[in-house]
Amino acid sequence: MGKNKTKAAGLKKIFGQQIFIPIAALLILAVFNLIADPGFFRITLGTNSAGNPVLSGYLITILDYGSELAILAIGMTLVTAASGGQDISVGAGIAIAGSVILRVLCGRDSRPEELQAPIIVAFLVACLVAMLFGAFNGALVAYFKIPPMIATLILFTAGRSIAAWINNNELPIVSDETLSYFGGFIPGIPIPTPFFIAMACVLIIALVLRFTNLGLYTQAVGINASSSRLNGLNPQMIKFISFVILGLCVAVCGLIKVSRLSSINYSVIAKDIEMDAILAVALGGNSLGGGKFNIWASILGAYVIQFLTTTLYKFKVQSDALPAYKAVVVIVLVVLSTPAVRDYLAKLGKKLRPVAVKEVA
Amino acid sequence: MALPNTKLASKSGPAVKPVRGGLKNISDSNLLLLITIIVFVLMYVGAILFQGKGFLKPQTFFNILNANAALIIASVGMSIVMITGGIDISVGGVAALVSMSCAVYLDYHGGSIFGSIAIAIAIGLAFGIVQGILVAYLDIQPFIVSLAGMFFARGMTTIVNTKPFNVENPAFVALKETRLRIPGVGSVNKNGTFVNAYVEIGVVVAILIVILMFCVLRWTKLGRHFYAVGGNAQSALMLGINVRRTRFLSHLICSLLAGIGGYVYFLHVGSGSASHASGMEMNAIASSIIGGTMLTGGLGNIIGTFFGVLSLSTIQNIVSSAGLDQAWWTGITIAAMLCLFLLIQSVVMARRKRS
Repeated sequence: MGKNKTKAAGLKKIFGQQIFIPIAALLILAVFNLIADPGFFRITLGTNSAGNPVLSGYLITILDYGSELAILAIGMTLVTAASGGQDISVGAGIAIAGSVILRVLCGRDSRPEELQAPIIVAFLVACLVAMLFGAFNGALVAYFKIPPMIATLILFTAGRSIAAWINNNELPIVSDETLSYFGGFIPGIPIPTPFFIAMACVLIIALVLRFTNLGLYTQAVGINASSSRLNGLNPQMIKFISFVILGLCVAVCGLIKVSRLSSINYSVIAKDIEMDAILAVALGGNSLGGGKFNIWASILGAYVIQFLTTTLYKFKVQSDALPAYKAVVVIVLVVLSTPAVRDYLAKLGKKLRPVAVKEVA
Repeated sequence: MALPNTKLASKSGPAVKPVRGGLKNISDSNLLLLITIIVFVLMYVGAILFQGKGFLKPQTFFNILNANAALIIASVGMSIVMITGGIDISVGGVAALVSMSCAVYLDYHGGSIFGSIAIAIAIGLAFGIVQGILVAYLDIQPFIVSLAGMFFARGMTTIVNTKPFNVENPAFVALKETRLRIPGVGSVNKNGTFVNAYVEIGVVVAILIVILMFCVLRWTKLGRHFYAVGGNAQSALMLGINVRRTRFLSHLICSLLAGIGGYVYFLHVGSGSASHASGMEMNAIASSIIGGTMLTGGLGNIIGTFFGVLSLSTIQNIVSSAGLDQAWWTGITIAAMLCLFLLIQSVVMARRKRS
């Protein structure tokens, strides 16, 4: 009996963990794919057009495209935790950052023979611009007390227009190969570069959370802003910083996105990515109303979302119809996480449990 | 017995004292409405002065109405949700779904006009009921619910039919081409004959809905409940208002109006497409905010929303007739206007807290 009790407690501990949600979702998806078509998990080593060794397969696609989402999820988790709302302008922000990178790289000419500036300079300028836009959002939210989703609505409306304006509505094309390394493959390494970039971001945020109080402060502000202020924190500053950090994540994503095409399409680039980023945070089991957060669960959630997207693509779902399926997933997830439904499930669990214990005895 | 009671009530006066601002006797709601109307008039006068005589023709004004009847209807619904303290960004998606479903029904299945109207209303009601239950009875953030609703509606639109196409159903085309001439208003055309200005049927529907909802908000119990719940849900609950039902009804009305707005949009463009009404939710929110509806709820006016739509579309007209590349200038001007009005609201809100 005692053994049973510890077993039950252990199970409860596993189920209670926040990271359990994305892992469970991942397992369900994996099993589903395994049954439907084991070929989903095949990875082949081939060569790309430049003659470099590359890995290909559905899993690599997930690793590749999930990484940009994971980078965004880092910033989105912080914003969600601190402000209790989400930034819906990240897609537009990526368009702006990408446009800035191309503008700096190309200079006056839209089809330059060689780069007008080193990529690192272009990237740093993009970081600066994206952080400025993040600061704009953050200022509206923190100092003017506008709800985050409405404040970011401004950039959501104007962002793609601004991106087009930065390049005079031209579509610059960079012929230099170095740029394509960031969203593709570095010669000699068969794993897509975005994965390494994402890991670098994860490492940085891990160090920041480990050695600073950012995580603790963010949670305190998210749980109760006024009492955190009474405890000597500056809630406005914390909210502001979270938006600036998200701006930085957006710039990194912008680099990857632009690198994939070596060009830009203002109205299509990173379209609907805000939905996926918010979904990643929700799937990570984080409350969308702010407060406690688990950044690792969000990052894992991002890869799970990409897993879902890739699975849907594999089953020949049209890209325009994808949102409908994802919306159903969001609603199911959010409904399951509401207190009312949770209470009901807990009651149901209690009803079932005595029977199970009796059977064991 | 009654006398001391009334005395007591009057003693607790400060709690119910109307909020007074810098402009002596004007409430916040009226101040925001006044700002909106002034901005609209200034903008229109500016357009006449700088953009030439085109804006002087009555038809230019009525064309703005014709093109934005759907937006007016959707914005009215949006204002009601925002007054109640929520938000609904699924209206554009619902409008697109309505237009595509009705187009398919009319052309591929030889449907009737009444059938298509029933479809539009049914889609609106379905979205309203589901979203309303999720928001009001399960306490999920309205933004998340309607974000999912928006993506669901857009996705469903492509599932219903992928390719955009024009509707050729004769009854529908006749309805679409119906133009109501306004007696006494018009301008002299090149040949020297007087041409009356016209409006489409959608405009009549929009005006009726504006008047109806204005009356509902101002003179019915339900309307007062919307304001009470948006102003302070806790006190509304203590006053015995059914907060959950009120929230549910606000979302129901909004989605229903989005469905009707979608049909009016469909009537204006006469085609079904998955990219129809894109950005309509943003324009509706912007119109409501410009019209003086508070984001935090509890303040707002349907007449203001009406003028908000007019200001927004006047700006769009100015931008396009000024020959600026519409692709980016429209977005930037709308965003700038939105930003300005949000800041005004923020100031009003801060002032309200102090007093």
